[in-house]
Amino acid sequence: MSGLGLADVSCTINSGKFTAIVGKTGSGKSTLVRHINALLKPTSGEILVGERKITSETNNKNLKPLRKNVGMVFQFPESQLFEDTVEKDIMFGPQNFGVPEKDAKEAAQEMIDVVGLGSEYLQKSPFDLSGGQMRRVAIAGVLASDPETIILDEPTAGLDPVGRKEIMDLFKEQQKNGKTIILITHNMDDVANYADEMMVMHDSQIVASGTPKAVFNDQELLDKNYLTLPQSAIFAQKLQAKNFHFDQLPITISELTTEIKQQIHGD
Amino acid sequence: MDKLIIGRYLPGDSLIYRLDPRVKFLITFYFIGIVFLANNVASYAFLMVFVLFAVLVSKVNFIFFIKGLRPMFWLILFTVVLQAFFTPSNHPIWHWSFLTLSKEGLVIATYIFMRFILIIFISTLLTLTTTPIEISDSIESILKPLRVIKFPVTQVALMLSIALRFVPLLIDETTKIMDAQRARGVDFGEGGLIKRIKAFVPILIPLFVSSFSIAYDLAIAMESRGYKDGQGRSKYRVLQWSMRDNWTIVFMAGVTIILLFLRSY
Repeated sequence: MSGLGLADVSCTINSGKFTAIVGKTGSGKSTLVRHINALLKPTSGEILVGERKITSETNNKNLKPLRKNVGMVFQFPESQLFEDTVEKDIMFGPQNFGVPEKDAKEAAQEMIDVVGLGSEYLQKSPFDLSGGQMRRVAIAGVLASDPETIILDEPTAGLDPVGRKEIMDLFKEQQKNGKTIILITHNMDDVANYADEMMVMHDSQIVASGTPKAVFNDQELLDKNYLTLPQSAIFAQKLQAKNFHFDQLPITISELTTEIKQQIHGD
Repeated sequence: MDKLIIGRYLPGDSLIYRLDPRVKFLITFYFIGIVFLANNVASYAFLMVFVLFAVLVSKVNFIFFIKGLRPMFWLILFTVVLQAFFTPSNHPIWHWSFLTLSKEGLVIATYIFMRFILIIFISTLLTLTTTPIEISDSIESILKPLRVIKFPVTQVALMLSIALRFVPLLIDETTKIMDAQRARGVDFGEGGLIKRIKAFVPILIPLFVSSFSIAYDLAIAMESRGYKDGQGRSKYRVLQWSMRDNWTIVFMAGVTIILLFLRSY
């Protein structure tokens, strides 16, 4: 009855990089990232997070320093809110990790701005907010512990296009501040626009990794793993049928426009 | 959760699977009733043979029945040991202050043990071979006569089937919320009693809130699909009473007669 969630996985995720993990539903993406903060422990093999090693024998005690370092935004994180005010909910994480109340309050103050809500929201009840605002509060709650690594499990699922872009920009901004971002997503445009590196999972294994550009130019790999191209690349493919030529498929809109400009003026 | 076999359905196909769930449901309760009629070695042995026969006919792997016993193991042991040592008797085999071990005590303890086995086996057989939805359908059908006394049978049946449908969903939701709170630094199962209870607040509140929103969404979805009050609806799953169900009842009557005979034998 025990199916394998992950089998023989070996990979390195670089600090300070934006890594996207893609793959079809049930390929083991969520299982993989749950290992990074020891919500799940490997049945064999080991995981190294900074200096910290996690094996099957790792004790459930003393995991707090690890979990403080690895923040995790789950799918539909708004369902984790429970306190009576937004401020208390954001402070909940840091206080669990032993941050004094005063500092936690400051962190809440700061994070509510970072996620794009004003400090007037701090005294409201999280359950009075809209779905999008609740998601922002939940994200603020994770960021408030100041984790070095942030894991995102489809953070923009169910958001409108503007909200989606704002949230993704927010995480890109966090990366610029020196944080490591790991993103699970089905949205190839987000991968193309934001990620530095990309891993493809299929049937509990990592089948490919590299820069998004390299992965998206390997058509055979994409077909085999039920992945699609980002919109820009799809458009570029259509242009190729009309006498345009691309050495490598452009994966973002800006790359696409530069290429088109060059080719039109070059003619 | 993997170890819990109570209430789990095991897909399969055999005579018992094909029986009308109402028959299975009623017979299970009837059997639990007549277990208490047995009063001597012969009658218990007969019931045991009957249950093992039913298990054999169901073609369900015997291991699942042993697994069904496992969570009850300590309770069974506790009751059996108490019965064995605290049965008063004039002819003790062994005696020490307030503990008495006698032949009567051992016999009663064995009977109790048999009763546990019989009841657990037969109810495991019901849940392993009947889907939850079939069980709720048969409860609805069996309760139908209560309409005479204005008992809301359809509503109760609807609540029951919705509840059954959402049990796995809420279990998933609970694990998800627990993981999310653990990632935010909550320790479950650590510290004193008060601290442990407090650690459940961050799970319970989100769970209640999401139950409310699921209930709201479901109600809206049901209304927009034309659900009014359950009166005058037709049924998609119709339970079919067939000849083999009649024969099962005849068979059970036979079992009862033999049991009554063995009892006074």
